[in-house]
Amino acid sequence: MVNSDNLNLLLKVNGTQHTLQIDPRVTLLDALREKIGLTGTKKGCDRGQCGACTVLVDGRRINSCLTLAVMYQETEITTIEELAKGDELHPMQAAFIKHDGFQCGYCTPGQIMSAVGLLAEGCPSDDAEIKECMSGNICRCSAYPGIVAAIQEVRQMQPNL
Amino acid sequence: MNKTIGKPINRVDGRLKVTGEAKYSGEIPLENIAYGVIITSTIARGRIKHINTSVAEKSPGVIGIITHLDAPKLYARPNFGHEGAAGEKLAPLQNSTIYYSGQAIGVAIADTLERATYAASLVKVDYVVETPLTEMGKERDRAYPIEKFVEFTVEFALGDADAEFAKAEVKIEATYTTPTEHHNPMEPHATAAVWEGENLTVYDSTQYIFGMREGLAKMLGIPHANVRVLCKFIGGSFGCKYGLWAHTPLAAIAARQFRRPVKIVLTREQMFGLVGHRSETEQQIKLGATPEGRLTALIHQGISQTSIFDEFVETFTTTSRTMYAVPNLRTAQSVVPLNKGTPTIMRAPGESVGTFALESAMDELAWALKLDPIELRLRNYAEVHPARQVPWSSKSLKECYALAAEKFGWSRRTPEPGSMRDDRYLIGMGMASACFPMEHFPASAIARIFADGSVVVQSGSQEIGTGTATVMAQLTADMLGVPVEKVRFEFGDTELARSPGTVGSGTAASVGTAVHGAAKAVRAKVVALAQKDPNSPLYGVPEPDIETSQERIFVKNNSAKGETYQAVLARHNLEYIDANFDAKPEEEEEFAKCSFGAHFVEVRVDPELGEVRLTRVVGAFAAGRILNEKTARSQISGATIMGIGMALHEETITDPHTGRIVNDNLAEYHLPVNADIPPIDIYFIDEVDTHVNPIGVKGAGEVGITGIIAAIANAIYHATGKRIRDLPITPDKLL
Ligand code: FES
Ligand code: FES
Repeated sequence: MVNSDNLNLLLKVNGTQHTLQIDPRVTLLDALREKIGLTGTKKGCDRGQCGACTVLVDGRRINSCLTLAVMYQETEITTIEELAKGDELHPMQAAFIKHDGFQCGYCTPGQIMSAVGLLAEGCPSDDAEIKECMSGNICRCSAYPGIVAAIQEVRQMQPNL
Repeated sequence: MNKTIGKPINRVDGRLKVTGEAKYSGEIPLENIAYGVIITSTIARGRIKHINTSVAEKSPGVIGIITHLDAPKLYARPNFGHEGAAGEKLAPLQNSTIYYSGQAIGVAIADTLERATYAASLVKVDYVVETPLTEMGKERDRAYPIEKFVEFTVEFALGDADAEFAKAEVKIEATYTTPTEHHNPMEPHATAAVWEGENLTVYDSTQYIFGMREGLAKMLGIPHANVRVLCKFIGGSFGCKYGLWAHTPLAAIAARQFRRPVKIVLTREQMFGLVGHRSETEQQIKLGATPEGRLTALIHQGISQTSIFDEFVETFTTTSRTMYAVPNLRTAQSVVPLNKGTPTIMRAPGESVGTFALESAMDELAWALKLDPIELRLRNYAEVHPARQVPWSSKSLKECYALAAEKFGWSRRTPEPGSMRDDRYLIGMGMASACFPMEHFPASAIARIFADGSVVVQSGSQEIGTGTATVMAQLTADMLGVPVEKVRFEFGDTELARSPGTVGSGTAASVGTAVHGAAKAVRAKVVALAQKDPNSPLYGVPEPDIETSQERIFVKNNSAKGETYQAVLARHNLEYIDANFDAKPEEEEEFAKCSFGAHFVEVRVDPELGEVRLTRVVGAFAAGRILNEKTARSQISGATIMGIGMALHEETITDPHTGRIVNDNLAEYHLPVNADIPPIDIYFIDEVDTHVNPIGVKGAGEVGITGIIAAIANAIYHATGKRIRDLPITPDKLL
């Protein structure tokens, strides 16, 4: 018999503290989507194989489906909902629209979070390397050329290259 | 004001998609929602001897388990091609028979996803196992011929292809095989069912809301007026969200039985069993030609898989009846029933794999004749539709060849295989033609202008990522002379005007014609009000002299003489004015209608490792009028990349002994990723087609997947001298 008694948990997402009572089996992804109601982060595979669930934890990109929510107390979790400031889109969001870096939009939050994480990691300048660094994010609509173009545009906007 | 049609304007729903605000079907907030997890069979043939749910039922949070022992009656629906069709002719949980691995055999409902998932794992099943039929090649004796599949011709003969092939001076005879493939849209199928009394609302990831409503109502045995289907955003589909599959009725019956909303989202593994696939094919092509390269005979025949209980045909011979001027032509297909699920439509069903075979064979013929592959195609250019002998509504394939060849630099290619190298790598250049028939379905729309000047246009329809919402807003905006931002396209709800499924690359043409018609009709209504109104500057001005722009209607070449829509509505005390339009495809039998194109690719092959890298792709396409260059380009480019997957990566592998799929996940079913994709340059040939529909659209969703596959295989041949006729072209086949 698996113990699914609920645990108390404090998760800080996009600067807001959420007090949750959850089953210890809840993944970080399901905590965001099903418990907190932040459905911008997507579930494509639930196995760490597609990148749709990419969020930033303390600025680092991770697959939120592949890890349990209980492991993330006292961290800063950032999701797609946090990127735009009011009406003003994050430059990466604007660049994705401009370069049509999506079609159905389902992989898109993951792509954008991954791209934002990549910039923070120190984005390579070469298309081939960017593609490699973004290959953990599958897009079945195959908007790959637009995704690379969007990242290149934002990379070049950054001041200290 | 500038017209927007044809311009590369941004998607109207872009903002919602990049901010995470777009809500897909599994994300609609619903009070008191329960979670359903489907239990699937682990054998491919036999029956359930015992199914024990007692432990599962006592598991914490469990609301109930439904199996065939206690499921309510569901009425089976015919598969594909009928109104309200299902993906398979098998209502779930109606008896103990197992036909394929991954078949739905129960559903566990609990208050959380984790608890439902755990409960599903606690259901114990004993089977009577029979030996499944799993290999198409081994079971070919069971194949039976198909004359026609739904409305698609399969068996066809013109002249005497066999006799002419026998006496042809130059012959190509080869067999091409393609594997089972799975659509794998990024959004898993999701459905949430909510009952209010006798009325059912489902939020469902479907490509066809009206089909879903019809099918679901019939399966449940309730009037379709009691069912409402909504789908506002859908995370890709490519065919596997067209029919009705088990999860939707299961959510509906569970929600009814447990009196609360139930949501079911498939797991990725379940998407390899519950929602269809592209059948494997084995295709034989025979080409007979004169030494000058004129085709005298073309025979295309072969087999594909179907399930034990359904007939589904991967219609791979279509392009062979369409592409070349050949006086003797014969096509024939058979299907082999296996213990696998019913295949379904997957992007360019038939045309994708069929064009791979035909265009590979044409390349083989070009080599045999020592002719340039483009020249061979030009010598057999079909000036009329070869099978139907009617003219084309428009055809710019020659222009596609010329433009793509020039942009690609085809003239730099040296013909001999293995003759182009870059250091230790073998370089190859290949090309192929692309073709997809134009589809046009009945569709309706309503356009409404409000007193504040905003515009809403509605049609049931779906936006699967093709840009539908954007181009519908554009069509309306241009007709009314208002900016796109003032127009909202409302869709994805069976309460709206009836529209077809998003299939067959037919939405822009079908729904577009309806939207265009509705916008035109509402404009005419406003104009009529003004013309009859002595207080209007347009009083008595005849309709042909009236123009619309800048949110105004005015006299042509005298924009001062006119007024705004708002002014007209205000004077007549109208909150809004609207008009609807029902668009029916014209049965213009005197024309054949197809989108065409050409793909050129360069590959770099590692001779020691057999690894193939694409270095660049160039395509030119003629698809009638292009409504939005940005979204159309993304369609063609996306289809091209899916074709790259088919050529090099994708293959569903079934264990022949158990009938179970062994690579039912995204780590082992290889989809193309960003690093696989070279620069892709897509060009459009401007085409004015006055025969297809009032907006001149032929459709661009699928033509892009048809030519690329053979173009890659042909480039690999050019690089290595190895002709690989079996997809995907993995390194082992080149060593
Ligand atoms: S959902 Fe997390 S990687 Fe696919
Ligand atoms: S936009 Fe559809 S999967 Fe990427």
